[in-house]
Amino acid sequence: MDWQGQKLAEQLMQLLLLAFAVVAFATGYFIGSFQMMILIYAGGVILTSLITVPNWPFFNRHPLKWLDPSEDEKHPKPQHSVTSNSKKKSKK
Amino acid sequence: MHSFGYRANALLTFAITILALMCAMASLSDNLNSPTPSAEVLVLNINWFQKQPNGNDEVSMTLNISADLQSLFTWNTKQVFVFLAAEYETPKNSLNQISLWDGIIPSKEHSKFWIHTSNKYRFIDQGSNLRSKEFNLTLHWHVMPKTGKMFADKMDADP
Repeated sequence: MDWQGQKLAEQLMQLLLLAFAVVAFATGYFIGSFQMMILIYAGGVILTSLITVPNWPFFNRHPLKWLDPSEDEKHPKPQHSVTSNSKKKSKK
Repeated sequence: MHSFGYRANALLTFAITILALMCAMASLSDNLNSPTPSAEVLVLNINWFQKQPNGNDEVSMTLNISADLQSLFTWNTKQVFVFLAAEYETPKNSLNQISLWDGIIPSKEHSKFWIHTSNKYRFIDQGSNLRSKEFNLTLHWHVMPKTGKMFADKMDADP
Protein backbone atom coordinates (compact mmCIF):
# COMPACT_ATOMS: atom_id res chain seq x y z
CA MET A 1 0.00 0.00 0.00
CA ASP A 2 1.47 3.33 -1.05
CA TRP A 3 1.39 6.60 0.89
CA GLN A 4 -1.78 7.94 -0.71
CA GLY A 5 -3.39 4.53 -0.30
CA GLN A 6 -2.66 4.60 3.43
CA LYS A 7 -4.26 8.01 3.80
CA LEU A 8 -7.27 6.89 1.77
CA ALA A 9 -7.68 3.69 3.81
CA GLU A 10 -7.51 5.61 7.09
CA GLN A 11 -10.03 8.26 6.04
CA LEU A 12 -12.33 5.70 4.43
CA MET A 13 -12.31 3.62 7.62
CA GLN A 14 -13.24 6.54 9.86
CA LEU A 15 -15.86 7.93 7.51
CA LEU A 16 -17.57 4.58 6.88
CA LEU A 17 -17.69 3.64 10.57
CA LEU A 18 -19.13 7.00 11.57
CA ALA A 19 -21.70 6.87 8.77
CA PHE A 20 -22.81 3.36 9.76
CA ALA A 21 -23.01 4.42 13.41
CA VAL A 22 -25.28 7.35 12.58
CA VAL A 23 -27.51 5.24 10.33
CA ALA A 24 -27.67 2.41 12.87
CA PHE A 25 -28.54 4.67 15.78
CA ALA A 26 -31.18 6.61 13.85
CA THR A 27 -32.80 3.42 12.53
CA GLY A 28 -32.73 1.70 15.89
CA TYR A 29 -34.17 4.69 17.69
CA PHE A 30 -37.00 5.29 15.26
CA ILE A 31 -38.14 1.71 14.89
CA GLY A 32 -37.52 1.18 18.59
CA SER A 33 -35.24 -1.79 18.23
CA PHE A 34 -31.88 -1.95 19.99
CA GLN A 35 -31.11 -5.21 18.23
CA MET A 36 -31.54 -3.62 14.81
CA MET A 37 -29.04 -0.91 15.76
CA ILE A 38 -26.46 -3.52 16.76
CA LEU A 39 -27.08 -5.60 13.62
CA ILE A 40 -26.72 -2.63 11.26
CA TYR A 41 -23.57 -1.47 12.99
CA ALA A 42 -22.07 -4.97 13.05
CA GLY A 43 -22.74 -5.25 9.32
CA GLY A 44 -21.11 -1.87 8.83
CA VAL A 45 -18.00 -2.87 10.75
CA ILE A 46 -17.63 -6.06 8.71
CA LEU A 47 -18.11 -4.20 5.42
CA THR A 48 -15.65 -1.50 6.46
CA SER A 49 -13.01 -4.04 7.40
CA LEU A 50 -13.47 -5.82 4.08
CA ILE A 51 -12.96 -2.53 2.26
CA THR A 52 -10.11 -0.98 4.21
CA VAL A 53 -8.07 -3.79 5.77
CA PRO A 54 -6.91 -5.91 2.81
CA ASN A 55 -4.36 -4.38 0.45
CA TRP A 56 -6.65 -3.82 -2.53
CA PRO A 57 -5.21 -2.70 -5.89
CA PHE A 58 -6.88 0.73 -5.68
CA PHE A 59 -4.70 1.55 -2.69
CA ASN A 60 -1.65 1.16 -4.94
CA ARG A 61 -2.29 3.63 -7.70
CA HIS A 62 0.48 6.03 -6.73
CA PRO A 63 3.68 3.99 -6.53
CA LEU A 64 6.81 5.81 -5.46
CA LYS A 65 9.03 6.67 -8.39
CA TRP A 66 12.49 5.70 -7.26
CA LEU A 67 15.40 6.98 -9.27
CA ASP A 68 17.05 4.51 -11.55
CA PRO A 69 20.36 3.23 -10.13
CA SER A 70 22.13 4.46 -13.25
CA GLU A 71 20.92 7.99 -12.51
CA ASP A 72 22.83 7.83 -9.28
CA GLU A 73 26.09 7.27 -11.07
CA LYS A 74 25.52 10.19 -13.40
CA HIS A 75 25.10 12.55 -10.47
CA PRO A 76 27.75 11.61 -7.93
CA LYS A 77 27.51 12.87 -4.39
CA PRO A 78 29.22 16.18 -3.86
CA GLN A 79 32.58 15.53 -2.29
CA HIS A 80 33.23 17.04 1.06
CA SER A 81 35.65 19.86 0.92
CA VAL A 82 38.99 18.99 2.44
CA THR A 83 38.62 20.20 5.98
CA SER A 84 41.00 17.81 7.57
CA ASN A 85 38.44 15.51 9.10
CA SER A 86 40.40 12.70 10.58
CA LYS A 87 37.50 10.25 10.70
CA LYS A 88 36.68 10.47 7.04
CA LYS A 89 39.19 8.82 4.89
CA SER A 90 37.27 8.32 1.73
CA LYS A 91 39.21 7.23 -1.26
CA LYS A 92 37.48 7.53 -4.53
CA MET B 1 4.33 -0.31 9.25
CA HIS B 2 0.95 0.09 7.53
CA SER B 3 0.31 -3.62 7.55
CA PHE B 4 -2.80 -5.79 7.57
CA GLY B 5 -2.61 -6.19 11.34
CA TYR B 6 -2.09 -2.50 11.94
CA ARG B 7 -5.17 -1.57 9.92
CA ALA B 8 -7.30 -4.29 11.51
CA ASN B 9 -6.26 -3.09 14.97
CA ALA B 10 -7.00 0.56 14.18
CA LEU B 11 -10.40 -0.33 12.76
CA LEU B 12 -11.38 -2.49 15.70
CA THR B 13 -10.34 0.15 18.23
CA PHE B 14 -12.24 2.89 16.46
CA ALA B 15 -15.31 0.68 15.94
CA ILE B 16 -15.50 -0.23 19.62
CA THR B 17 -15.04 3.40 20.69
CA ILE B 18 -17.99 4.37 18.51
CA LEU B 19 -20.02 1.44 19.87
CA ALA B 20 -19.44 2.68 23.42
CA LEU B 21 -20.56 6.14 22.32
CA MET B 22 -23.73 4.72 20.74
CA CYS B 23 -24.55 2.84 23.94
CA ALA B 24 -24.05 6.02 25.97
CA MET B 25 -26.39 7.86 23.64
CA ALA B 26 -28.97 5.08 23.90
CA SER B 27 -28.83 5.37 27.67
CA LEU B 28 -29.20 9.16 27.50
CA SER B 29 -32.17 8.80 25.16
CA ASP B 30 -34.07 7.15 28.02
CA ASN B 31 -34.30 10.56 29.65
CA LEU B 32 -36.57 11.70 26.81
CA ASN B 33 -39.18 9.22 27.96
CA SER B 34 -41.49 10.52 30.66
CA PRO B 35 -43.41 7.49 31.93
CA THR B 36 -46.98 7.68 33.15
CA PRO B 37 -47.64 4.29 34.74
CA SER B 38 -50.81 3.48 36.62
CA ALA B 39 -51.48 0.85 39.24
CA GLU B 40 -54.28 -0.10 41.56
CA VAL B 41 -54.22 -2.68 44.32
CA LEU B 42 -57.36 -3.87 46.09
CA VAL B 43 -57.28 -5.76 49.35
CA LEU B 44 -60.11 -8.18 48.70
CA ASN B 45 -59.98 -10.14 51.91
CA ILE B 46 -58.03 -10.58 55.14
CA ASN B 47 -57.60 -14.34 55.12
CA TRP B 48 -56.26 -14.70 58.61
CA PHE B 49 -54.47 -12.80 61.33
CA GLN B 50 -52.22 -14.43 63.87
CA LYS B 51 -49.85 -13.60 66.62
CA GLN B 52 -46.68 -15.65 66.32
CA PRO B 53 -45.27 -17.34 69.47
CA ASN B 54 -42.57 -14.65 69.61
CA GLY B 55 -45.19 -11.92 69.68
CA ASN B 56 -45.02 -10.66 66.11
CA ASP B 57 -48.21 -10.08 64.18
CA GLU B 58 -48.69 -11.81 60.86
CA VAL B 59 -51.42 -11.22 58.28
CA SER B 60 -52.48 -13.05 55.16
CA MET B 61 -54.49 -11.15 52.59
CA THR B 62 -55.93 -11.63 49.15
CA LEU B 63 -54.83 -8.93 46.75
CA ASN B 64 -55.93 -7.87 43.33
CA ILE B 65 -53.11 -6.03 41.56
CA SER B 66 -53.73 -4.31 38.26
CA ALA B 67 -51.13 -2.16 36.58
CA ASP B 68 -50.32 -0.58 33.27
CA LEU B 69 -46.55 -0.13 33.04
CA GLN B 70 -46.26 0.07 29.25
CA SER B 71 -44.92 3.61 29.34
CA LEU B 72 -41.87 2.45 31.32
CA PHE B 73 -40.59 0.53 28.31
CA THR B 74 -38.33 2.19 25.78
CA TRP B 75 -36.14 0.75 23.04
CA ASN B 76 -33.35 0.45 25.60
CA THR B 77 -35.31 -1.49 28.24
CA LYS B 78 -34.32 -5.05 29.04
CA GLN B 79 -36.84 -5.76 31.75
CA VAL B 80 -38.70 -4.16 34.63
CA PHE B 81 -38.75 -5.41 38.19
CA VAL B 82 -41.80 -4.45 40.24
CA PHE B 83 -42.64 -5.08 43.84
CA LEU B 84 -45.56 -4.15 46.03
CA ALA B 85 -44.70 -2.90 49.49
CA ALA B 86 -46.90 -2.27 52.50
CA GLU B 87 -45.69 0.89 54.20
CA TYR B 88 -46.73 2.01 57.66
CA GLU B 89 -45.42 3.71 60.75
CA THR B 90 -44.95 2.19 64.20
CA PRO B 91 -43.51 3.63 67.41
CA LYS B 92 -40.36 1.57 66.86
CA ASN B 93 -39.79 2.41 63.19
CA SER B 94 -40.76 5.59 61.42
CA LEU B 95 -41.08 3.62 58.16
CA ASN B 96 -41.78 -0.07 57.79
CA GLN B 97 -41.63 -1.45 54.26
CA ILE B 98 -42.73 -5.02 53.74
CA SER B 99 -42.61 -6.59 50.32
CA LEU B 100 -45.82 -8.49 49.68
CA TRP B 101 -45.46 -9.41 46.03
CA ASP B 102 -42.94 -8.93 43.24
CA GLY B 103 -42.52 -9.78 39.61
CA ILE B 104 -40.23 -9.43 36.63
CA ILE B 105 -41.80 -8.03 33.49
CA PRO B 106 -39.76 -9.19 30.50
CA SER B 107 -41.36 -7.13 27.75
CA LYS B 108 -43.79 -4.38 26.91
CA GLU B 109 -46.41 -6.94 25.85
CA HIS B 110 -46.54 -8.25 29.41
CA SER B 111 -46.56 -4.88 31.10
CA LYS B 112 -50.33 -4.40 31.28
CA PHE B 113 -51.59 -7.03 33.65
CA TRP B 114 -53.76 -7.88 36.58
CA ILE B 115 -53.19 -10.63 39.08
CA HIS B 116 -55.32 -12.10 41.80
CA THR B 117 -53.13 -13.49 44.56
CA SER B 118 -52.55 -13.82 48.25
CA ASN B 119 -49.40 -12.13 49.49
CA LYS B 120 -46.37 -13.92 48.06
CA TYR B 121 -44.10 -12.99 50.96
CA ARG B 122 -45.21 -13.10 54.58
CA PHE B 123 -46.53 -9.90 56.06
CA ILE B 124 -44.97 -9.93 59.52
CA ASP B 125 -44.59 -6.91 61.75
CA GLN B 126 -41.68 -6.30 64.11
CA GLY B 127 -43.89 -6.40 67.15
CA SER B 128 -47.61 -6.37 67.64
CA ASN B 129 -48.83 -3.27 65.85
CA LEU B 130 -50.83 -4.58 62.93
CA ARG B 131 -54.27 -4.81 64.47
CA SER B 132 -56.43 -2.07 62.92
CA LYS B 133 -53.31 -0.45 61.47
CA GLU B 134 -53.63 1.77 58.42
CA PHE B 135 -51.02 0.99 55.78
CA ASN B 136 -50.20 2.30 52.33
CA LEU B 137 -49.64 -0.03 49.43
CA THR B 138 -46.85 1.28 47.21
CA LEU B 139 -45.72 -0.11 43.91
CA HIS B 140 -41.97 0.23 43.37
CA TRP B 141 -40.25 -0.43 40.07
CA HIS B 142 -36.72 -0.71 38.77
CA VAL B 143 -36.26 -0.29 35.03
CA MET B 144 -33.28 -2.33 33.85
CA PRO B 145 -31.88 -0.99 30.59
CA LYS B 146 -29.93 -2.85 27.94
CA THR B 147 -27.13 -0.33 28.40
CA GLY B 148 -26.55 2.46 30.84
CA LYS B 149 -28.34 3.89 33.78
CA MET B 150 -30.96 2.03 35.81
CA PHE B 151 -34.07 3.92 36.81
CA ALA B 152 -36.16 3.36 39.92
CA ASP B 153 -39.35 4.99 41.10
CA LYS B 154 -42.53 4.25 43.00
CA MET B 155 -46.17 5.17 43.13
CA ASP B 156 -49.03 4.95 45.53
CA ALA B 157 -51.18 1.99 44.54
CA ASP B 158 -54.10 2.49 46.91
CA PRO B 159 -57.38 2.86 45.05
